Amino acid sequence: MDYLLLQVLNGVQLGLLMFLLAAGLTLTFGIMDLVNLAHGSLYMMGAYIAWTLIGWTDSFVLGALLALPATFALGVVVEAAVMRRLYARDHLDQVLATFGLILFFNELVRAVWGPAGKSISVPAFLAHTVEILPGVPYPAYRFAIIVTGGAVAALLAWLVARTRLGMLIRAGASNRRMIGALGVNIELLFSLVFGLGAVFAGLAGLMAAPLSSVKIGMGDDILIVAFVIIVIGGIGSIKGAFVAAMVVGQIDIIGRAFLPDLLKTFLSTSAASSAAPAISQVLVYVVMAGVLVWRPTGLFGQRS
Amino acid sequence: MSSLLASLRTPRGLLTAVLLLALAILPLLTQAFDQRYLLSIGTRIVIWAIAAISLNMILGYGGLVSFGHAMFFGIGGYAVGILAHHGMASGWIQWPAGIAAAALWAALIGALSLRTRGLYFIMITLAFAQLVYYLGAGLEAYGGDDGLTISRSRFAGLLDLRDKASFYWLCFALLCATLWFCSRFAHSRFGLVIRGAKSNDLRMTALGFPVFRYRLAAFILSGAFGGLAGILLANEGAYISPAMMSWVKSGDLIVIVVLGGMGTLFGPLYGAIAFFALEESLPPLLDLGRRGWGEYWQIAFGPMLVLVALYARGGIDSLFGRRHD
Repeated sequence: MDYLLLQVLNGVQLGLLMFLLAAGLTLTFGIMDLVNLAHGSLYMMGAYIAWTLIGWTDSFVLGALLALPATFALGVVVEAAVMRRLYARDHLDQVLATFGLILFFNELVRAVWGPAGKSISVPAFLAHTVEILPGVPYPAYRFAIIVTGGAVAALLAWLVARTRLGMLIRAGASNRRMIGALGVNIELLFSLVFGLGAVFAGLAGLMAAPLSSVKIGMGDDILIVAFVIIVIGGIGSIKGAFVAAMVVGQIDIIGRAFLPDLLKTFLSTSAASSAAPAISQVLVYVVMAGVLVWRPTGLFGQRS
Repeated sequence: MSSLLASLRTPRGLLTAVLLLALAILPLLTQAFDQRYLLSIGTRIVIWAIAAISLNMILGYGGLVSFGHAMFFGIGGYAVGILAHHGMASGWIQWPAGIAAAALWAALIGALSLRTRGLYFIMITLAFAQLVYYLGAGLEAYGGDDGLTISRSRFAGLLDLRDKASFYWLCFALLCATLWFCSRFAHSRFGLVIRGAKSNDLRMTALGFPVFRYRLAAFILSGAFGGLAGILLANEGAYISPAMMSWVKSGDLIVIVVLGGMGTLFGPLYGAIAFFALEESLPPLLDLGRRGWGEYWQIAFGPMLVLVALYARGGIDSLFGRRHD
């Protein structure tokens, strides 16, 4: 029972990280009609920039806080240099150009930080466990991710639903040309939204770093899962991204945690432990295929 | 035939003819100049061109952006590898099995993915490719993540695939067959429906064409040729691994098609040549600038893709002016 609870919490933690990544993706697609494959590169850059800044400042929190404006700036620069020219293009051009950006960023990181992975250690004040229930310890760092991720998700929900910027974002998502015609400075709005997405991606990357490692291409595989999430949730829908991220987080963790034992009942131990991660990965895609067959525009997507 | 001869008079036709001729005698050239390495690059170019042509059928002619085409590399390759692993080395069994498996899988996922549009289609094809990728990585019996060294297919008495030149010529013959098929496809009624649906599928539906079924048929054909390329790729390296169907390979295939010229017969071939030429020549070129830069050639290659996407939509094919067909 405790084990199940811990796994569910791990699923929530993974889901929140995925949501941070997916939120920027779904915003840029919903508002700018942009397929940004390079979003995972911002996730990676967030982690690498944080690694450098944490090294300089010798403090996880300070380094992480400084890394956020840095990824925002990076996002704005990328938007102005490349993305801005892609909004009016078809998806194929966007795929091609942002695929080129992935190659660029992966290689840039290899040239600047070297081919070996880096590690960010869990900050000392979080390197212990907390009792979430009496007698049930949980790593404080993972708990901090849940709290931070939840807070940022709430902030985003508030931003989109209650502020003027959010109103423009929602208006932009439903009719981009109209809000331009109403005199809203679209270019500024797009830059802001892209920078915001970059911050969320960078935050997800630097928070995930102590749990795994900071390495080249770390954003690429997770980006595909983020795309799966926004497709399941319905492209452009923040709510859909949140729900789908939670579902995918649970599928992934539950699959990893319980499939090996399940498979061992009819497979050899080694075969079961190697097949289980693959199957839990596959499960995510099966769910997506199922959702798209049932609802071709995702759970909360706009009907055409 | 006469139209083929007539096309020789245009710069495009002439260049294509010279290119095909050069490819046809490549093993002789590489032997004469003692550049064996070039033959292996040539083999890979030809195989990738077959895959790119098959992707072009749906991407270029049909406007369906499939971001998972490398999965057919994997299916064709694993069909060969798995059968070889169990001692069934005959190409007469392996090859039809690989093509059939690719076609079947294409039929299954095509039926699901073609219900979606736009970004959803891009993502669902990517997701299915990832699914196949992780399945391949999970097949511990066939090497899992590390892949599997296999023996090449045997065509008893007919030809020996271990001989680099004969394998190259086989690939080249299959490339010509694929080109021939694609040209028939593009000009057939079937191909015209696919191309018509690219510009306006609503109108094609209104004209009474069951667009979904046409597209599904094209998707299956495309998958079958992709499977063929996978079979060749597995035989080229005598090795299969999930890496051959990673999503980056799918991206590379899109790059090749767009770089060469979408929806043109020879575009994917130009694209494959340009892609591998860049991959081979950028590192030494950058090393000329400063020693050690060549290792990071993708820093230059990535922005080149951005520029192609932004400013060179027609690809290499459009350098020869507008087509007349």
